[in-house]
Amino acid sequence: MLKIADKTFTSRLFTGTGKFSSNSLMEQALLASGSELVTMALKRVDINDDQDDILKHLNHPQFNLLPNTSGVRNAKEAVFAAQLAREALETNWLKLEIHPDPKYLLPDPIETLKAAEELVKDGFIVLPYVNADPVLCKRLEEVGTAAVMPLGSPIGSNKGLETRAMLEIIIDQAKVPVVVDAGIGAPSHAAFAMELGADAVLVNTAIAVADNPIAMGEAFKMAVQAGRMAFEAKLGRQSEQAEASSPLTSFLNE
Amino acid sequence: MSYFKNRFETLNWDEIKTSIYNKTAVDVERALGKTKRDLEDFKALISPAAEPYLEQMAQLSHAITQKRFGKTMQLYIPMYLSNECQNICTYCGFSMNIDIARKTLSEEEILAEVAAIKKMGYDHILIVTGEANKTVGIEYFKKAIRLIKPHFSSISIEVQPLKQEEYEELIAEGLNTVLVYQETYDESDYKKHHPKGRKSNFDWRLDTPDRLGKAGIHKMGLGVLIGLEDWRTDSFFCAEHLNYLEKTYWQTKYSISFPRLRPCANGIELKSIMTDKELVQLICAYRLLNEEVELSMSTRESDTFRDHVIKLGITSISCDSKTDPGGYASGQDNLEQFEISDHRPTDEFINVIKKQGYEPVWKDWDHSLQ
Repeated sequence: MLKIADKTFTSRLFTGTGKFSSNSLMEQALLASGSELVTMALKRVDINDDQDDILKHLNHPQFNLLPNTSGVRNAKEAVFAAQLAREALETNWLKLEIHPDPKYLLPDPIETLKAAEELVKDGFIVLPYVNADPVLCKRLEEVGTAAVMPLGSPIGSNKGLETRAMLEIIIDQAKVPVVVDAGIGAPSHAAFAMELGADAVLVNTAIAVADNPIAMGEAFKMAVQAGRMAFEAKLGRQSEQAEASSPLTSFLNE
Repeated sequence: MSYFKNRFETLNWDEIKTSIYNKTAVDVERALGKTKRDLEDFKALISPAAEPYLEQMAQLSHAITQKRFGKTMQLYIPMYLSNECQNICTYCGFSMNIDIARKTLSEEEILAEVAAIKKMGYDHILIVTGEANKTVGIEYFKKAIRLIKPHFSSISIEVQPLKQEEYEELIAEGLNTVLVYQETYDESDYKKHHPKGRKSNFDWRLDTPDRLGKAGIHKMGLGVLIGLEDWRTDSFFCAEHLNYLEKTYWQTKYSISFPRLRPCANGIELKSIMTDKELVQLICAYRLLNEEVELSMSTRESDTFRDHVIKLGITSISCDSKTDPGGYASGQDNLEQFEISDHRPTDEFINVIKKQGYEPVWKDWDHSLQ
């Protein structure tokens, strides 16, 4: 079972709520995915309206809400948005995302570290969205984030684990859960991330934009389970070459 | 200091026009085959040679747009605060030389408009005025934004170009977005259509997006008034402008609009009349050039056209618009800036969006964000 801060999760598939063709379809797809941690942008919900349509459709006991700070451009705005979210949604969990660049939505490492430190001190459970930068992930861990969420490739790109080499280092070094976020475009990408040893993945676009988001939610659920199971069962060594002869050491046996 | 003007001066209108019209099917196919396209590809995609590839362009545009923006459509509504204007623009219904009743809304009238619009469900608002610097200047805008801000998550303006410091003041009041269309990038044609008023200064307008970028605006909207000049060449200049701005002010978001003049606008003769097919081509070409830019559509276009372009790359759309200051509260609309083609009420249009499998998005910004 996956444990982040004080919560345990049976599902290692985290999901997002944007881009669906309707909120009821979103609800059904997320239910089918088995996801237990669901992120939603503060800017999309009306936190003063208890009848907000997005929140209404997320009102299931298995869904833990993970408000995110999408739209903020620096640490100061992130801290302010986080405090509003905590107050209105009654959760101290936060997906910290600071992307000053609205084109590629790449996270700002300097502002993220600054905000994370402040938010942790203020009692938040911080899950920061970052580039796949191993040193940054260690620095975030040191200031007390509950997990790290490195990207697989640019958000919404569906390109898969283009940052694989860095993700492997992050997974190897991390003492907090590693959630591969962004860029996972197919269940096979999610399975691959889990095989590499990621603790969880976060998927949004690939489910929301599928022709059948409900079936795709279920496909991701199965892929994440399969990938995790394969990781725990220890994959056999992969090699592209046969290992028939030992030209360098055969003399020892002569 | 960086200004687009420096880049603009290296661009030759006639050469660019010739180069667009000389593009061939081979150029179009090359552009379609790429995943990352450049301005040369854009030329091919807006050229006459691309016309036979329209369906293919539309399918690509549809898929790319969904990947980035999802199956969602953002909604906004314009609120006209004033039709006073000291410019003469040959194509505009607010032009100084046109004999219409002039009106600038008082604080009370603004709040009545706000109340009427809130009832319709909108949360993103676009403030529009003519150019009357003495009565509708920076102080008026500050006052208006202060009044409106508590009621809307996002505030845009489409008013006369302002100074950098003035934009900074408005941003501090809670302004999120500024729309400023160059109208045309052909300087001599620009002068012809803007003979009088501060707007006749081509360079002041051309520099406006730079001033906005330097002021740190969250989002800006660009466009050309389609019909004044050859739309292909003008759109290429606009794409050049976008390209420059994205690289220079990388923290700002951009949107493109497609205001298309009707053949009889103000009785002026149009140099270029754009067909529906060509407008679809242009929308798709922008999307294939730039996966992230917002593409916006107003109620100038007809019901049928709007219903069909929802899936083609447009990401934000207005509806139920009145271009008469005070029009929402009074229910009248007799002082139009331009002719509205789609008069359907909001609910009806929302159903059209939903039927096509899109979620109407009313709120995609928050007071807490700048």
